[in-house]
Amino acid sequence: MNKIDSHMLEAVADMHSIPAGAYNIRKNGEGVARNSTENIIIEPKKDKPGIDIIIKPGTKNESVHIPVIITETGIEELVYNDFFIGDDADVLIVAGCGIHNSGSKKSEHDGIHRFHIGKNAKIKSVEKHYGEGEGTGERVLNPVTEVEMDENSYCEMEMVQIKGVDSTQRETTASLKAGAKLVIFEKLMTHGNQSARSNMVVNLNGENSSAQIISRSVAKDTSEQVFYPRAVGNNLCRAHVQCDSIIMDNAKIRSIPEIAANNCDAQIVHEAAIGRINNDQLIKLQTFGLSKEEAEEVIIQGFLK
Amino acid sequence: MIELKNVSFKVASDNDTLEIIDNIDLKIDDGKFTVITGPNGGGKSTIARLIMGIEKPTSGSIIFDGQDITDLSVTDRAKLGIGYAFQQPPRFKGLTVRKLLSLAHGSNLPVDECCAYLTNVGLCSKEYLNREVDASLSGGEVKRIEIASIMARDLKVAIFDEPEAGIDLWSFSMLIETFKNMAKKKDKSIVLISHQERIMKMADEIIVIADGRIRDRGEAGVIFPRLMNEFEENCDFRGKAGKANE
Repeated sequence: MNKIDSHMLEAVADMHSIPAGAYNIRKNGEGVARNSTENIIIEPKKDKPGIDIIIKPGTKNESVHIPVIITETGIEELVYNDFFIGDDADVLIVAGCGIHNSGSKKSEHDGIHRFHIGKNAKIKSVEKHYGEGEGTGERVLNPVTEVEMDENSYCEMEMVQIKGVDSTQRETTASLKAGAKLVIFEKLMTHGNQSARSNMVVNLNGENSSAQIISRSVAKDTSEQVFYPRAVGNNLCRAHVQCDSIIMDNAKIRSIPEIAANNCDAQIVHEAAIGRINNDQLIKLQTFGLSKEEAEEVIIQGFLK
Repeated sequence: MIELKNVSFKVASDNDTLEIIDNIDLKIDDGKFTVITGPNGGGKSTIARLIMGIEKPTSGSIIFDGQDITDLSVTDRAKLGIGYAFQQPPRFKGLTVRKLLSLAHGSNLPVDECCAYLTNVGLCSKEYLNREVDASLSGGEVKRIEIASIMARDLKVAIFDEPEAGIDLWSFSMLIETFKNMAKKKDKSIVLISHQERIMKMADEIIVIADGRIRDRGEAGVIFPRLMNEFEENCDFRGKAGKANE
């Protein structure tokens, strides 16, 4: 593993060394390191690229790291990762993809993640996307996330695009059975002439299911963002959708939170805001001796934390 | 020492110009506890904002320790040791109290130091360190954190804009103690914009600002009784209430 690899792994999966527990590291289109544990088994798929991650029922306090890095120019891949999380399990899943493109060709990773979360299981999933490299080749990441939540399961997803991704189209769908709770934090920063679109549909099918979608974004330069999160209540349920964006320079943002109720006991709320950095915030930090640029950075970092 | 020389500040309004500050000359000596008071809309906060550099004077100059700082930015003035606690401090999504105090201090503050600053403003520190300075805090809490952030800085001049506003009675007593301790040290000039009797009585000097001008100034012992008399004379309601009791 070279210096660039280590740097990318740290950026997308907070990995400073080979992690404890189960892991699968994919580099330039192929698996380069894999480890299963007694309770978490990672198997390559036989019919297509990707892996199955099987977490035994009752597995507690274990983690799975499955980072992907692309350091060559011109790699385009479509990968299927399926997570089967057994009943009563409680695990941390760290995914993430980093592209270092120093060439002139496009590098693209399209990951399709399917989460099958068992009864009473609890997961936290963190997925970070990051791009860098001095080349002119585009860095493209199009993640698809499908979440099936069984009764009384809990799922917290943190989906972060740090910087350097030229184009992203994110598709997230979730369906919740009775008592299931889903919390999604989406954080996105675009700059240059990047574009990002995030579509999300959460179907609250079971009684007493609940969902919270929090999307925070910063658009700089001439970048463009579109958010389209939808919460659909089909039963006695609760959902809250919140989109909050900071717009800078000549960027464009569209935010379209949609709520739908197909049951009179559904309670669904949405709120959305787009605005520039508040001038009082900038001045306050300048009265601490920070420059305007430093103040902006502190505000953005805090907002996207 | 901060000195305002012939400072005016005008703003355009419809077809007219409004004179917010009208040719003020003012010196604030080192190590002094100065209270600026006066009617609402008289220009008190504008003076503070002019000193901090948030507003620039239309004419006149501002001198700090012999240096003309009229054209310096807010950042540069902050680096010279001028600080300003806002009357209505902004909130920051995602920024913790500890981070805010550290930014004010200029480097990462150890937990115990953060706690000491928070305790000084009447906040139970452990509960607040990792809370975000966002809409989840009440107005009074944000205000007290603002004051703590000024204390975390190494300043030559600290300006507080109505620090008592929105703060409950119990915390107010604690704040008075904190300001008293700051005043005793005499290591920095403290400028407090306030209408509070207890704060005015602590002052070395009171400056009364009205209609953009200095209407009166002098030692607290002299100015404060005058202000009280003025209030009695101008307040019809108080006069009538007195008669009704006769």
